[in-house]
Amino acid sequence: MSLQAYRCPNGHVSYPGHPRCPDCGSPQEDTIDLSDRTATVVTWTVSTATPPGVRQPNPLAIVEFEADGAEVRAIGGLTTENISTGDEVRPVFVEELRDPAAGIRAADSQDWDGYRFEPVD
Amino acid sequence: MDRVAVIGASMTQFGQREAWLRELLAEAGQACLEDAGIEADELDHLYVSNMASGEFEGQTGVMNALAHDLGGLGAYTQRIDQTSASGGAGAYAAWQSVASGASELTLLVGGEKMTHVSTGEATDVIASLTHPVEYKHGITLPAFAGLTARTYLESFDAPREALAKVAVKNHRHGVDNPHAQFRKEIDVETVMDSPIVADPLRLYDFCPITDGSAALLFCPEPMAREITDEYSVVTGIGGATDTHVVHERSNPTTMEGVVDSSQEAYDMAGRGPDEIDVAELHDMFTILEVLQSEDLGFFEKGQGWQAVENGITDREGRLPVNTSGGLKSKGHPLGASGVAQLYEIHQQLTGQAGPRQVAGDVGLACNVGGFGNCVTTTLLEAGA
Repeated sequence: MSLQAYRCPNGHVSYPGHPRCPDCGSPQEDTIDLSDRTATVVTWTVSTATPPGVRQPNPLAIVEFEADGAEVRAIGGLTTENISTGDEVRPVFVEELRDPAAGIRAADSQDWDGYRFEPVD
Repeated sequence: MDRVAVIGASMTQFGQREAWLRELLAEAGQACLEDAGIEADELDHLYVSNMASGEFEGQTGVMNALAHDLGGLGAYTQRIDQTSASGGAGAYAAWQSVASGASELTLLVGGEKMTHVSTGEATDVIASLTHPVEYKHGITLPAFAGLTARTYLESFDAPREALAKVAVKNHRHGVDNPHAQFRKEIDVETVMDSPIVADPLRLYDFCPITDGSAALLFCPEPMAREITDEYSVVTGIGGATDTHVVHERSNPTTMEGVVDSSQEAYDMAGRGPDEIDVAELHDMFTILEVLQSEDLGFFEKGQGWQAVENGITDREGRLPVNTSGGLKSKGHPLGASGVAQLYEIHQQLTGQAGPRQVAGDVGLACNVGGFGNCVTTTLLEAGA
């Protein structure tokens, strides 16, 4: 239900979180909600050969947020194919990003809701 | 410590095969033993490199199956999975087994059976290596290639056609490989006019889905000298990992696993990138050959595409890359690919590459799993 980055006591931020900070090995104790802020498109693609249960075509982007002085990246779908590197986007909640029953991964092993990115006018 | 030699090598026909994985592994394994003149009951260790036999065909325990089918009962067996880098990881394990003295004869067989499932299903099996935050968005390995290719082209002002030329080169090389899935020349227009798979990359930027198997036989160098004149030596080998979550990499156009594993391999061999005569790189996607050629130290970062344009990596060039045709034209049966790369280098160093033969004593293979998540780099040299 959330787009949460994780921060360790040394100020390193990652998305997603990890049991230990990938930069310094400390536990990541703080979270930063990214869902209410905008991000910049770092790169994007439109995937046309998609696996079972995934929309086709599937525009995707890696975006970069500023999170309390640190830069943190996230990956996600786009709401449009009309996009350019450097565009400003905002997260839009989607209840089910792909059909959990159609793919090889056990449906109960992870969540399937999340955020796609739409351009900010 | 004795150096570790390769005294036998084989690969099956790659492509769409009727045989299932057990048969493919046995075919390559038997041919490799015959190449070296060794009987299966002499093997101390027997390893199978394979990513997903359970997922693809519901057959697990393939290392045990192969030992039984070849007549290698009694050997210590294991299956080695490092996704697309399983073959390179298998070479690392086989090298370790002999270098440590645990085994005097280790047979490594890599293989995968994939073509009986649809493209979408095969894509999903491979994409299952991704993190949940990636998988839920329907990310595929080709999608990572598209995302990275865009960054590369925009960062280094490289023309889109330069990536197409990787495919053109490797298809040209593959024409002379009797085991290759495709033996057909293509031109830049063929690539640029093919359907988009992951913008800006098109169908011909991607390797096919493939069935096949390849094998190598390892022993200490003194034993190799007694058995054959045609052997090669593992003089350097290194393995490394990069992030599981691809977007967490600070520099998306650098494959840190390639940098780290090749540094280990160069250090062990006492060699540098300028001493490599021939290389097999993991061109699952055209952009990957360019990135590896830079991260292995062959070319400056951002200039690998120019080397392709200038013909440096052609079979007739200063540093031939993918004389086998690469994954692009030879095909990519996941667990077999890293083994088949070393098969090609071994054939080159022992003068058995036929019409693909180039001059050289030092070869390198770089085998990549995921989108650079796991990497093994191996240096092979001609036996003295």
